[in-house]
Amino acid sequence: ADIISTVEFNYTGDLLATGDKGGRVVIFQREQETKSRPLSRGEYNVYSTFQSHEPEFDYLKSLEIEEKINKIRWLPQQNAAHFLLSTNDKTIKLWKISERDKRAEGYNLKDEDGRLREPCRVTELRVPTLKPMDLMVEASPRRTFANAHTYHINSISVNSDYATYLSADDLRINLWHLEVTNRSFNIVDIKPANMEELTEVITAAEFHPHHCNVFVYSSSKGTIRLCDMRSSALCDQHSKFFEEPEDPSSRSFFSEIISSISDVKFSHSGRYMMTRDYLSVKVWDLNMENRPVETYQVHEYLRSKLCSLYENDCIFDKFECCWNGSDSTIMTGSYNNFFRTFERSTLRDTTLEASRESSKPRAILKPRKVCTTGKRKKDEITVDSLDFNKKILHTAWHPTENIIAVAATNNLYLFQEKVN
Amino acid sequence: ILLDVSLTVSLTVFQEMEDKVLSPEKAEEAKLKARYPHLGQKPGGSDFLRKRLQKGQKYFDSGDYNMAKAKMKNKQLPTAAPDKTEVTGDHIPTPQDLPQRKPSLVASKLAG
Repeated sequence: ADIISTVEFNYTGDLLATGDKGGRVVIFQREQETKSRPLSRGEYNVYSTFQSHEPEFDYLKSLEIEEKINKIRWLPQQNAAHFLLSTNDKTIKLWKISERDKRAEGYNLKDEDGRLREPCRVTELRVPTLKPMDLMVEASPRRTFANAHTYHINSISVNSDYATYLSADDLRINLWHLEVTNRSFNIVDIKPANMEELTEVITAAEFHPHHCNVFVYSSSKGTIRLCDMRSSALCDQHSKFFEEPEDPSSRSFFSEIISSISDVKFSHSGRYMMTRDYLSVKVWDLNMENRPVETYQVHEYLRSKLCSLYENDCIFDKFECCWNGSDSTIMTGSYNNFFRTFERSTLRDTTLEASRESSKPRAILKPRKVCTTGKRKKDEITVDSLDFNKKILHTAWHPTENIIAVAATNNLYLFQEKVN
Repeated sequence: ILLDVSLTVSLTVFQEMEDKVLSPEKAEEAKLKARYPHLGQKPGGSDFLRKRLQKGQKYFDSGDYNMAKAKMKNKQLPTAAPDKTEVTGDHIPTPQDLPQRKPSLVASKLAG
């Protein structure tokens, strides 16, 4: 129940939210540097914890609805409170997280502990005063967006207009207004008239960071469609179609499964987008549909293990990917608690490990290496000794600084660039 | 003439060996087909997709489930948690009792 299922920094990076399989959301806040604790800058401590979703049961379909949080997306901050959207398979909720550091004292009709006073005992009239109290962080659900998805929600994305957002399930994408919970517009519907003809599903969707009319969605067949909401109300016809041509002679039983895109993310610049499939990460230029501009191999050595990865279902693992603030580096997870970063201009790639043994506080992370040939060097790991139960599916990069959050099953690791 | 023919034969053999040696993915596919000969006869895509869309299916009576939930709240059963493998015949099953359905398609192909 404590398995982390999503990790997301807010727009400033001061807050980091995690969602888990048990429906809980834990928010961490970055400590401000103080004179008494100069080294504490950069540390994230728990700020708020709340139960976002509960398990439910759909009686009509005899389906259990998991409380697992699939995605969290922050809204940009507009006042003292913080807002985020969290979703499970069926329902999206808008949560308000606010601080309270004052308390009213000296009520006329109730005691300090809240009990009502006897009216005959009230002998004087007094004005309640605000007194400081210990900081309390409260999370309250402000909106519940329910009953709009027949299939399982895989993505939510806040629009750059800060008023609308989209939610995507396996076959449909809906557009919501943050203020309206009883109505949602369907903007993509790929459900075939006959379900026997079903060949692909939607795997991820995201709004463009600057153009509020543009969004993309990826499919289980390795394609990405870019849609423009100005062209029509229902965006079943794409504006752009991104697909890398496949060599037909290399096609195998596994081809389609490993081409399925598990995550799609626009670059901060809005010029590129990145997709993650089972073995690689690809960077696409939005102006070029026929192939990606960059391809990075995450763990190509797994290609010769596809049979066993299919049998233990690992081939269906959905890895996410992320950009750093300047779009110069991309990061994604792998197995054995390894995660990989790729520097786009230098083509330098690094493999790091998120585990207790290799991460002492303040110590530098040592790069790891997987041995792909027969001769194993010292400190290298062989492919056969990789632990496929230790998968890093969720990672996040601070929007402006080199601080990364890595979720390793039920542990959250925070790494930052060493500052001299 | 004899020389030409033998040259062609050896070239063809080399081509076949290349195909087998250079594609780890195809080698893995051959391994899979050897273990599960009935796999892949339907288009692979739709099987996975249908399984994916059906995630969360539980096969028991939700009315019974709610009755059991209500009873448990009232009685605070002191007995140990029921054996997770034996759920029928003895008591009303709840979602927690049912063994996790292995999501792999491979198992179902073997059964059918």
